[in-house]
Amino acid sequence: MKADPHGVLTGTHFMDGDHACCEGALAAGARFAAGYPITPSTEVVERFAARVPTVGGTFIQMEDELAASIALQGGVWGGAKAFTVTSGPGFSLMMEHIGYAAMTETPCVFVDVQRGGPSTGLPTLPAQADMMQARWGSHGDYEIIALCPNSPQECFDLTIRAFNLAEEFRVPVMFMMDEVVGHMTEKVVIPPADQIEVTPRKHTHKSIEDYLPYATNGDLVPEMAHAGEGYKFHVTGLTHDERGYPNMTPQTQDKLVRRLQNKIRVAADRICLFEEDRLEDADVVVVSYGITSRVAQRAIDAGRARGLRVGKLRLITAWPFPDKKIVELAARVKAFVVPELNLGQMVREVERAAAGKAKTLAVTHAGGGVHNPDEILNAIVEASRC
Amino acid sequence: MLNVLDETVNPVEPFLRSDRMPHIWCPGCGIGTTVNSFARALIESKIDLESLALVSGIGCTGRVAGYVKLDSFHTTHGRAIPFATGLKLANPKLNVVVYSGDGDLSAIGGNHLIHAARRNIDLKVICVNNLIYAMTGGQTAPTTPGHATTSTNPYGTFEPAFNLPHLVDAAGAVYVARWTTFHVRQLARSISEAFAKKGFSFIEVISPCPTLYQRRNKMGDGLDTMKYYKEKSKVKNGAPTGEVGLTLNGEIAVGKFVDRDRPDYQTMMRAQYVEALGDRYVDVPDPEESDMECVCG
Repeated sequence: MKADPHGVLTGTHFMDGDHACCEGALAAGARFAAGYPITPSTEVVERFAARVPTVGGTFIQMEDELAASIALQGGVWGGAKAFTVTSGPGFSLMMEHIGYAAMTETPCVFVDVQRGGPSTGLPTLPAQADMMQARWGSHGDYEIIALCPNSPQECFDLTIRAFNLAEEFRVPVMFMMDEVVGHMTEKVVIPPADQIEVTPRKHTHKSIEDYLPYATNGDLVPEMAHAGEGYKFHVTGLTHDERGYPNMTPQTQDKLVRRLQNKIRVAADRICLFEEDRLEDADVVVVSYGITSRVAQRAIDAGRARGLRVGKLRLITAWPFPDKKIVELAARVKAFVVPELNLGQMVREVERAAAGKAKTLAVTHAGGGVHNPDEILNAIVEASRC
Repeated sequence: MLNVLDETVNPVEPFLRSDRMPHIWCPGCGIGTTVNSFARALIESKIDLESLALVSGIGCTGRVAGYVKLDSFHTTHGRAIPFATGLKLANPKLNVVVYSGDGDLSAIGGNHLIHAARRNIDLKVICVNNLIYAMTGGQTAPTTPGHATTSTNPYGTFEPAFNLPHLVDAAGAVYVARWTTFHVRQLARSISEAFAKKGFSFIEVISPCPTLYQRRNKMGDGLDTMKYYKEKSKVKNGAPTGEVGLTLNGEIAVGKFVDRDRPDYQTMMRAQYVEALGDRYVDVPDPEESDMECVCG
């Protein structure tokens, strides 16, 4: 379906990534947000708090991130599209509820504008060190989706995609910004509402008698009902059967948890987005995401100017990880260079998928700034000699 | 439809997921008794069950959500109130009940309890207080009276206990009552009264845990506890909540302590937006009238 025009601020704007993320959420149909202030993410909900009373929605500032991350799920079961916004310390507090959303299949979006960590770290400075936390932070086995914008325009576009994927797969989607992208101001073009596709809730058409909250119909994603519609359904974070009833057997656990994993895995090709450039003749591939991809671009251009056969693979989807693309490239390139604002997170995935067929060079940075492009260029030069 | 005149049918049965019985609660546990009073209050108040949602946290009382035939949410430990807050704000037409235990609501969820009362979110909170963490084996709770023996205070507790009516009164609840599981009719009446109020209502129900609390403190079985509740309870309607704290084996002040009116969160929110935004303010639409399409067949 098309976006509700009430939420779409059509036009050409000069805005930062945090504000663009908020506009993306409104365009996607988000009408409920619960948040707790934390730098460098707060501007997203500040804008939402100003905008949402004029489009028929609610923002509430909760008492902490634990509350925010579960209040938004109450909002979803009440019928709204909902999200929360945070940064590292708050993201850590939200982990239990990412697991609850995965287990109860509550479609929602968690925005994490990454800053330096661990702990309080660097509140106003960038990092990309929550990437593994986004994937593995809650206990137990589950799958999530994570997207990494590298510009305010993408903060708008990909926030819509985050909501759409959340609804399609009934999964929490992590929107992994970083401080630089969040605070960077650039041109953002917001199209007319009739040019924005939004995925509606996968609401059941079944009668009350026939409805089983966690039964699936071939595509591994169950149909949803909302509170107040007469379905009288039960939702629990306990292991549950198709009726949504707790069931503590290994068989029910196996069936449920494998489905939670498989519903994402079987669709990974469709979910994964990446940008590639000059890979046709490449010996070396720079794999990057978020703000680091823009620094890497300069290094790649400089490498090409020197005659090095270097190409670009930018991850737009971090999770599920695009294994297939790395496997394909590993068979024909010498090496991957992976710069990121952490001490080596996504590089482990590249290395795993490459499985020794191509070398992998990490270009680490502990956060607080961005790489010097020369550091990446040096790694490209070194990789070319492999 | 429910036939309360047909004596062959338990009037409470239509409120329960009978296909989930037997429940997990121990013999002598009071939680089932509170559910019975809750169901009777729903009948008495003619509450529309389709627009009623029940939210629980974790623990023995947290399992209530799984046994009632309502839209029911068994959430995470301590977070029933913020979940319920989101549910109510996204769909203001819902009647939202939070049904959970003392440990869940006042320890791990204590901050949410205070803030929901302060905001005066329109929630009916039923707190079954068995004075202990029961699901995990009888550990000390913030409500455990001083000198009681628990699995984590085997030589007796020495922390001061929370007086929950005083806490929520101070934070701004509009309705505060306490009963025991001996007072089934009074409890049902209080729940009915809470449904008639708009705002944050809190009903504490003192309830036995014969398996872990009564046994360890040599207070006898379920029946002995009923006798204790009968003999030591004193109705003190309107009592200052600062004076209704509980002691080990002491008097239990029961009754309606607080019943006042002040605008609830959503009423205040709308008023503020209308004042600031005028015609630009758009109220949260009724979900049934929204244009959310369905994609599945």
